[in-house]
Amino acid sequence: MTYIAKPKFHHPALPKNDLGYTHRDYEGTISTLCAGCGHDSITASIIEACFELSIEPHRVAKISGIGCSSKTPTYFLGNSHGFNSVHGRMPSVLTGANLANRDLIYLGVSGDGDSASIGFGQFAHVMRRGVNMTYIVENNGVYGLTKGQFSATADRGSKSKRGVINTDNSIDLAAMALQLGATFVARSFSGDKKQLVPIIKAAIEHQGAAFLDVISPCVAFNNHAGSTKSFDYVREHNEAVNRLDVISARAPIAVDYPEGTVQIVEQHDGSKLALRKLGADYEIHDRYAAMNFLQKHASEGQIVTGVLYIADEPQDLHTSLKTVQMPLNALGEKELCPGSAALDRINAGLR
Amino acid sequence: MPGGTISSVNDFVIRFANVNGSGSASANEMFARAVMRMGVPVSPRNIFPSNIQGLPTWYEVRVTEAGHLGARGGVDFMVAMNPQTFDKDIAGIEPGGYLLYDSTKPLPQSKFRDDINVIGVPLTAICNKEYTDPRQRQLFKNIIYLGVLSALLDMDAKVIETLIGEQYKGKDKLIGPNVHALHLGRDWALENLKCPIGLRVRASDKVGDRIFIEGNSAAALGAVYGGATVCAWYPITPSSSLADAFTRYCAKLRVDKDTGEAKYAIIQAEDELASIGMVIGASWNGARAFTATSGPGISLMQEFCGLAYFAEVPAVIFDVQRGGPSTGMPTRTQQSDLLICAYASHGDTKHILLFPEDPHEAFEFGALSFDLADRLQTPIFVMLDLDIGMNHRLCAPLTWDDTRQYDRGKVMTYEELEAGTDFGRYLDVHGDGIPYRTYPGTHPTRGSFFTRGSTRDRYARYTEEGGPYVDNVMRLLRKFESAKDIVPRPLIANAEQQTKYGVIYYGSTSPAMDEAIELIEAKGHRLDRMRIRSFPFHSSVNSFVADHDFVYVVEQNRDGQLRSLIVNECGIDPVRLVPILHFDGTPITARFIAKAIGDHLDQLKVKRKQAAS
Ligand SMILES: Cc1ncc(C[n+]2csc(CCOP(=O)(O)OP(=O)(O)O)c2C)c(N)n1
Ligand code: SF4
Repeated sequence: MTYIAKPKFHHPALPKNDLGYTHRDYEGTISTLCAGCGHDSITASIIEACFELSIEPHRVAKISGIGCSSKTPTYFLGNSHGFNSVHGRMPSVLTGANLANRDLIYLGVSGDGDSASIGFGQFAHVMRRGVNMTYIVENNGVYGLTKGQFSATADRGSKSKRGVINTDNSIDLAAMALQLGATFVARSFSGDKKQLVPIIKAAIEHQGAAFLDVISPCVAFNNHAGSTKSFDYVREHNEAVNRLDVISARAPIAVDYPEGTVQIVEQHDGSKLALRKLGADYEIHDRYAAMNFLQKHASEGQIVTGVLYIADEPQDLHTSLKTVQMPLNALGEKELCPGSAALDRINAGLR
Repeated sequence: MPGGTISSVNDFVIRFANVNGSGSASANEMFARAVMRMGVPVSPRNIFPSNIQGLPTWYEVRVTEAGHLGARGGVDFMVAMNPQTFDKDIAGIEPGGYLLYDSTKPLPQSKFRDDINVIGVPLTAICNKEYTDPRQRQLFKNIIYLGVLSALLDMDAKVIETLIGEQYKGKDKLIGPNVHALHLGRDWALENLKCPIGLRVRASDKVGDRIFIEGNSAAALGAVYGGATVCAWYPITPSSSLADAFTRYCAKLRVDKDTGEAKYAIIQAEDELASIGMVIGASWNGARAFTATSGPGISLMQEFCGLAYFAEVPAVIFDVQRGGPSTGMPTRTQQSDLLICAYASHGDTKHILLFPEDPHEAFEFGALSFDLADRLQTPIFVMLDLDIGMNHRLCAPLTWDDTRQYDRGKVMTYEELEAGTDFGRYLDVHGDGIPYRTYPGTHPTRGSFFTRGSTRDRYARYTEEGGPYVDNVMRLLRKFESAKDIVPRPLIANAEQQTKYGVIYYGSTSPAMDEAIELIEAKGHRLDRMRIRSFPFHSSVNSFVADHDFVYVVEQNRDGQLRSLIVNECGIDPVRLVPILHFDGTPITARFIAKAIGDHLDQLKVKRKQAAS
């Protein structure tokens, strides 16, 4: 398997965004994942979201762990720097990168094996530190790359392709993210682009730790009857709490929701989310209610999707650390080195 | 007294046996500083089992006019303040040595040895008479014995008073009571004991402009001066104080006075996996980043070290070594992480190691390591150990050249990319094996690349072909070769007369080796010396070995790890390298080295005589 460059045909009629970029400018190389893999749909949604937000692709750093899902950063934003790190450790690499340059947009891509098993610890800590990032878990309930073992998000009682029943309890990463202090938590489905694209946009706009659990069926190992992460199962059991539109501070778009209640949620940076409530009494700012809601529906076999929680005051690690506004990687010896006179004073104090 | 009484001016070892948590540390350190302020070099060492409150701890001060900074071994004066270790402490005193103990409660004669000088001072009684508060009784007891010692050893009380003044600057209310306690002890001793004793401290001028600092503090300062902005670490003895010192220095030196904003970020990570991951992420993104850890942490960092090596991401790792394997001896010193650091991770890897000998070099190499990491785009291990890291050491003042500029290595800028310069992340443009990198976010359409631990071609494109893989790993070897010219070279000191024998050593062994050479020469032997300061080895290591019949390799581990590395990397016949190994967790001493090498050389002489006859 080798790298396959994607031919860049720029059809003159392709729609352009505010920067004059077309979708092509947000693509990467051709995917080598199985045809029909949910991860490819998520890739397409990330491309769409970045296009719609008119993000400069090179101002994004995309960082992943190891797994089929973690391969996907190669398939979007070809002009961004990417880092396919080691299994389960995307969060620490991303944290370091973010500390070095607070001015870039950070997309962390991971799998359920990557995040809920080997990387569970790092997932937890990046959430509780409030690193400004969009953390996407492409959740298929199995290890895709190593050919179909159950992951820790596989539901108890669900069946593997070989007919084995999972006897362990599952980890709900969205519930965990809520508990750990993520300031934006959402769940979606790779097969529901309409819901997923705006959620990704909102997560990117969010100035804090945004967590996104995306059910992403593995057609090779987990798309059969008895799986609770198959296309059919998710379609049948999806309980969406809301649909949303993002009115970016940079690129306002008109929203027009004739039916249902619409709630405008203002983000820290001025961007606005227009949430069309489906669950009429769903309260977006209540972390504990969200946890309750998730667990209650999970026990009824329902997969709740939508934006589950947004904090009014998102936390950012840089704020907690009181770091300078200028990216740390831009500081040179002038700003960093105290110089020989200071050293002489230090020496004098050590005698 | 059988065996006589030890008499010595400015050359003895005093050891304080205390109970952890009794507040003795500052009094003991003050003693060491007072001797130093009198112009007499000292070499102090903390000896502390891995424990918390309540268990034994020792502090040893070698008073050494000759300036021998290695551990000497043996104790001439024992201040035995811990009943729990009393018997063992007494047993450790050299014949003719001295014991100071709290005589408030009379002890049976059987408790003492008759070949030592026993000095009883009713410390508790003096304290209880003066103070009612239990904590005061405890704390001032330490200052009182300091006062007693000042009289016994004929020290200048003024010097200690000044030190007390400095110690409690800003908490001035504490100065008077401490000075009072000092004189309580001193006056009691002058009235009731024969002062001074055979051991004395006499003012001298042998300290010069040297400073007194721990290796970990100096290394942390090196990181500040070297421009480190990101520190991610996880607590572990004996490296924690390095991160603590970095935190302290940064708070003082790197906070913008106007805005209160920090020009650094320090994260106490959830574990070592995360700390090295953060360092790699930050370095990939163009910041200078480091972690500080010890053996168990290094073990955990292996996978990431391989990634950084293969994907060519800079990283600085301070490894403050302790006794291994496993938890081993967490509070004892060793040099036993060489091989795991040199070859960290699976697959064929080789890493750069630096071996500072003292705090001065810990500072210098600490700062240098960031230039090397950026220049070579690879992890750099600064190999400290507990003996350097956690003990105060006299060393040359730290120096910085204000014209020095950071070497950020081969980083392609926006302008270069814009000008159309060919960028291939893993192209060997100059034939030195070192490619160009770009920082994320540099240019809208040029210079972005994908970093991964799997095989790729010269343009960083994923491939599983054997050819590009071999091309890549061979280039990494070229890069390792290039490193030889920029890492600190070994230092050679030749014996005055020509000799067939040499000795190689490194790191904290240095002061003991300096002294050992004198002892060895006194026995009529000659040795050429080479102090290794980095890995990869410079070609002079080969020629040094070739120039001698054989070479002793002195190190503080069981398996002769440096020796293995030399044999492996320089293709040297192992028979030509004689291991001299010390690994019980105590710092290596001149006595040990001199005896081991001396015995070997003596045997050779005998053998040669036998062969001749
Ligand atoms: C340290 C380590 N252990 C094991 C592996 C093997 N491995 C590669 S991917 C993977 C699981 C990936 O599962 P998931 O994160 O769910 O991603 P998916 O492939 O399902 O998208 C495993 C176990 C590895 N690469 N590294
Ligand atoms: S194995 Fe599963 S997760 Fe991996 S690419 Fe194929 S369908 Fe997707």
